[in-house]
Amino acid sequence: MAFTATLEVKNEVAFVTITGELDASVAPQFRTQIEAAAAQHVKRLVLRMDDLSYMASAGLRSLVFAKQKMGSGVDIFMVAVQEPVAETIKMTGFDNSVIMVPSYDEANPPSA
Amino acid sequence: MSSSDLQRVDINPTHTYNGFKLRPGKPLPFGATLVPGGVNFSIYSSHANACTLVLFEKGQPQPYAEIPFPDGFRIGNVFAMIVFGLDYENVEYGYRMDGSFDPAAGHRFDQTKILLDPYAKAVGGRDVWGTPPDWNDPYQYRGRLVFDDFDWQGDRPLEIPSEALVIYEMHVRGFTRHPSSGVKHSGTFASIREKIPYLKALGINCVELLPIYEFDEFDGSRTDPADPNKLLMNYWGYNTVGFFAPKSAYAATGRLGMQVDELKALVKELHSNGIEVLLDVVFNHTAEGNEQGPTISFRGIDNKTYYMLTPEGYYWNFSGTGNTLNCNNPLVRNMVLDCLRYWAAEYHIDGFRFDLAAILGRDPIGIPLSNPPLLEALAYDPILAKCELIAEAWDAGGLYQVGSFPAYGRWAEWNGKYRDDMRRFLKGDVGLVGAVAQCIQGSPDLYAWRGPTSSINFFCCHDGFTLADLVSYNDKHNEANGWGNSDGGNDNHSWNCGAEGPTDDPAINSLRKRQIKNAFALLLVSQGVPMFLMGDEVGHSQQGNNNTYCQDNELNWLDWSLTERNSDLLHFVQHCVAFRHAHPVLRNRDHLRNYDYVGSGYPDISWHGTRAWRPDWSEGSRIIAFMLCGKHAASGTVQDNYIYVAANMFWDALPFELPGLPQGMQWHVFANTDATPDCFAPASEPVLENQQECLVGGRSVVILVGK
Repeated sequence: MAFTATLEVKNEVAFVTITGELDASVAPQFRTQIEAAAAQHVKRLVLRMDDLSYMASAGLRSLVFAKQKMGSGVDIFMVAVQEPVAETIKMTGFDNSVIMVPSYDEANPPSA
Repeated sequence: MSSSDLQRVDINPTHTYNGFKLRPGKPLPFGATLVPGGVNFSIYSSHANACTLVLFEKGQPQPYAEIPFPDGFRIGNVFAMIVFGLDYENVEYGYRMDGSFDPAAGHRFDQTKILLDPYAKAVGGRDVWGTPPDWNDPYQYRGRLVFDDFDWQGDRPLEIPSEALVIYEMHVRGFTRHPSSGVKHSGTFASIREKIPYLKALGINCVELLPIYEFDEFDGSRTDPADPNKLLMNYWGYNTVGFFAPKSAYAATGRLGMQVDELKALVKELHSNGIEVLLDVVFNHTAEGNEQGPTISFRGIDNKTYYMLTPEGYYWNFSGTGNTLNCNNPLVRNMVLDCLRYWAAEYHIDGFRFDLAAILGRDPIGIPLSNPPLLEALAYDPILAKCELIAEAWDAGGLYQVGSFPAYGRWAEWNGKYRDDMRRFLKGDVGLVGAVAQCIQGSPDLYAWRGPTSSINFFCCHDGFTLADLVSYNDKHNEANGWGNSDGGNDNHSWNCGAEGPTDDPAINSLRKRQIKNAFALLLVSQGVPMFLMGDEVGHSQQGNNNTYCQDNELNWLDWSLTERNSDLLHFVQHCVAFRHAHPVLRNRDHLRNYDYVGSGYPDISWHGTRAWRPDWSEGSRIIAFMLCGKHAASGTVQDNYIYVAANMFWDALPFELPGLPQGMQWHVFANTDATPDCFAPASEPVLENQQECLVGGRSVVILVGK
């Protein structure tokens, strides 16, 4: 599946949906969406990852980039992460920096 | 114009070759480094004429490109080239070196071999432990590219003072591989993180990891002569393939090439839990063996530089494994320095233990040097300045340097004398109390000019019996290794307590357990730096095998059910470790002086026997007691309680008259290996009913606190 990264901002929450394989060649596309989200000063970043099938070194760095770009005040939720990708995130310790959830309720607002 | 608008002027290709865009590279850093748009490859050889970069797609048997380094790209003896447009995550690389094949002159160049970059930061091709290699693959260990960025979130090496360390010697795979561990990816760096709560409860603040750089677990592998279904492997890992690369098969994410991130994540989490990380490093030999061994890397890159060679061109074998790395050749010395600096700087490693370190003090033809440049360089290096440097101060060529290793005021040593003298005392040998008195004090007989922190004290390590086996076997039983029990050391100084191996006899089992506790008690009240072996805290047995280097199975894997079955032992060890942390008087930076220099009325350490102030130094004595004056803690700069330890290795109970304490203080019992309960939580020790005398059971240790 080809890689796509799309951004939607609703009620101060940025939703970025990433699909396919996140490798070094497409990582810049993901980063562009993150930068766009950060530019809108959202309070939360939600990454929809149910169709992301592969992620390794470059992909992990994109996620770290997202964490750093959004800043420490912005929680990052990862929704419906596929098992192998979730494992990679846990094995490299990055799970401490994000909140992984099976589903995200859009009625769940970020606290002020 | 801000700095981000400034473009470098050296990031565009200048040459092409077969569709590849190239540019002259930079010699530094050596290895493969990501630069804007490409990869900088740098490799040196004193005697090669030419070099070719060989590129593979990950996992493919044949290369997809071979790019000769243009001669115009060479600086000195360094071949350096930037190649643009590579797929960082999917490319594997190696080198062919062109030179003469003239073994008598020390040269073994072979253009048909593809060679691993000695500076490869990751090695591909062996990503999963135990997957049989494709022996037809011409290039088994493949250089991979790594991202060296990592979000440390403020982590740095812990710099715990040496005297405060309690070292736990751990094998990465063996720690969690056993099914009973309950972790997700057993035998990996990631799974160690799941067990950090256990390590914290144990109280250790330092793990020393058996070799974690890339090695080949199939090296020397053979079928077990007694069981054709069982493969004996290189389990311990003392056979380096890649000095700069963490072993891919030790990473749960090794398949994805993320072992670097996974190991860094482990170090980061250990650090945040107050635990240092030491690496066991093996610079005395490589996995290439002698002239009959495989050509993986150094032999084909620059044999004459890297190996100690005889005048005829054969390999000196001071390591006992086939070859000896030429550590005091300036080029190799620099590589070793680069390597350790890399681990210290990039992985935040807190220190290193050097296997067969005596080799590092030999010159290129094996003669011991009085001022070995490598050891000096390591001792004075600025990046390594706060790292622990620990030497296994002997080698397989007869050079035994415990107490005489060139230390430059920095190096510590695995104190083999402590191990031997204390084991003999433990088993009840006579004539040892004088030696034990030295061991207890951090071995001033060996390290008078260097302090107790030069002495790494231990009863057991990966080499030899486990502590449970030390008290269960008189002789080694290494039949499982397939050498007819001829391998492994014979000077174990062990005693089986009355029966060889497993027994139902409750008296023997009870004595064995008490002996284990005696060992831990004595280890943890000795000045110096205590180290113990993973699993000894729960009585792990290797069934009497004292050389389990090739056993990838339950002999080596920690059985976590032992934490339940031997919970009393674990509990005792936890308390002894906590006791050590609670009492600075046990952890002096300077040697004890055996006299009163603060005016407390007590020497900093005093010796006693069954009569207070009258130690028994006679030849037949099996008892020793000592008292530490709390006012002399940390050379008198810190106030601590008084501590009294009595060790009775005679077989019958003996009354020990207790030395008097200052007015207002009383003796409290911290530990008594012959009693139930055998110990109390530090600061909750009960007062001794009889303040004049303590009956110490046969083969027992009592530890009292005066406060």
